[in-house]
Amino acid sequence: MGFWKRLLSDKLALGGLVIVLGFFALSALTPLIAPYDPNLIDVDHILMPPSLAHLFGTDDLGRDVFTRMLYGAGISLKVGFVAVGIAVLIGVVLGALAGYYGGWVDLIVMRIVDIMLCFPSFFLILAVIAFLEPSIFNIMAVIGLTSWMGITRLVRAEFLSLKERDFVLAQKALGASNVRIIFRHILPNAMAPVLVAATLGIAAAVLTESALSFLGIGVQPPTPSWGNILTQGKNVLGVAWWLSFFPGMAILITVLGYNLLGEGIRDAIDPRLR
Amino acid sequence: MLRYLAKRLLVLIPTFIGITLVCFAVIHLAPGEPTALQAELNPNITTEAIDQLRHHYGLDQPLLKRYVLWMGNLARLDFGRSISSDERPVWDKIRERLPITISINIASLVIILLAATPLGVISAIRRGHMTDRFITVFVFIGFSIPGFWLALICMDFFGVRLGWLPISGIHSAGYLHLGLSGRLWDLGVHLFLPVVISAFGSLAGMSRYMRSSMLEIIRQDYILTARAKGLPERTVIYKHAMRNALLPVITILGLSIPGLIGGSVIFESIFSIPGLGQLFYQAIMMRDYNLIMGALTIGSVLTLLGNLLADVAYSLADPRIRAA
Repeated sequence: MGFWKRLLSDKLALGGLVIVLGFFALSALTPLIAPYDPNLIDVDHILMPPSLAHLFGTDDLGRDVFTRMLYGAGISLKVGFVAVGIAVLIGVVLGALAGYYGGWVDLIVMRIVDIMLCFPSFFLILAVIAFLEPSIFNIMAVIGLTSWMGITRLVRAEFLSLKERDFVLAQKALGASNVRIIFRHILPNAMAPVLVAATLGIAAAVLTESALSFLGIGVQPPTPSWGNILTQGKNVLGVAWWLSFFPGMAILITVLGYNLLGEGIRDAIDPRLR
Repeated sequence: MLRYLAKRLLVLIPTFIGITLVCFAVIHLAPGEPTALQAELNPNITTEAIDQLRHHYGLDQPLLKRYVLWMGNLARLDFGRSISSDERPVWDKIRERLPITISINIASLVIILLAATPLGVISAIRRGHMTDRFITVFVFIGFSIPGFWLALICMDFFGVRLGWLPISGIHSAGYLHLGLSGRLWDLGVHLFLPVVISAFGSLAGMSRYMRSSMLEIIRQDYILTARAKGLPERTVIYKHAMRNALLPVITILGLSIPGLIGGSVIFESIFSIPGLGQLFYQAIMMRDYNLIMGALTIGSVLTLLGNLLADVAYSLADPRIRAA
């Protein structure tokens, strides 16, 4: 059975895939389906409960929550993807160098990994964001810079076993350069676990952004993110449940989708452990 | 065993130095300075006054000199004084808050272990069945739900609507008049929600690991032997397989420590628990350099020690590790 067939026959993974693609479609179509302007303030309709006019109600400035959540989907996913992109880039390069060259390169890289793994990363992220400004760029960069260690370990392990294989030895005998062997021959064969880690990483990054927003140093209003809409809702929990309920559910469902998909990909790659 | 321990301790030294370097670099290379906040708060502040402040906090010294000074003080557990109005030594502020955060984290770890083990084992035995799927979705919901949101919902429901649980702090008002059992009960009731909610978030990692560890072991020959001997399935699963599957879980338990400590910022802020997380958050908001550096260092040292403990426990439980 091929990878795709295994993945799609796993109901949970299929559910995850549907969620992930669904939110992609929603954020791609946002300008078309959003009923209002995300920043349109309407003082006559403050904290309106969900209705046909306002599917998810309105917030404390009378803005349409459904519209803001559509725009927020794009922002939250962008944070997730860019952060993970940075982590994958660092993780793959360091892991490849450590695994391929071994020796002192490996020693230094793995020591750095051990050191970074000791930090409660949320502490580190908070400290850096507090000193820099909490802009979207800084948030993406800092989440990426504190989450590459797992990928480094995975890539290193793959390189350690792959570099002894015949197809690599053959390339060496043919005089291929190290760079060519690393990127052209070994790396493509080592990407499967990275794909899993990246999928799970997006889930983690979306959660981290929402937690930062909750503490007031995430994506800053008026730019909508699921995290900061939910945070708006915490102050009016008793009177306007919809303001925290819908973004909370959106985060939960999206993160769940990425986690289930990631787990499904892992099983589809290595069906032994299903 | 001693040799293993010595080797393990030796590796701690460069890791610890690395930790201090990262802490130091993060805080000193970032552009915002502690004096910036004071300057913001007081628009009439003069340039000389800012220079004086910078001198007072040692910010006018070269970086390397500041690092060496800081390390020297660190050896004596002297992290300097807090910049906040009470100007107390950082170590005192951290020390009085450590026990509560450590207790909460240990309680969470115990709950995670107690809940994740059966969940993982059942998931593995009933692999592919409805039960397995149900457990998988359940632990993944815990992993995927924003912890602060769940905390707010639970606080609103159990605390405000039902009035079953207190919603903030760690003691009731009349705490001092209670006997020992009363005090423990009071503390338990206050910490119930934060501990359970933070444990729920880390359940997935552990139970999924337990599941795959079980699946791996069920295929081993000694399990086949146990079954062939005619042992009841219960004995095979719970005595032969589960014990062995639990071993590597100890290491994973160690790995979940940084997440729990990081999460304490959120839970301690929501439930007004006077622990390290709340202190750290206050320090961040005040840009209290010394306090941030101190808390960051202590937070990672706790992780370092937790991992060491997990490794030692693992090597005690599994002699093969010591030999390697």
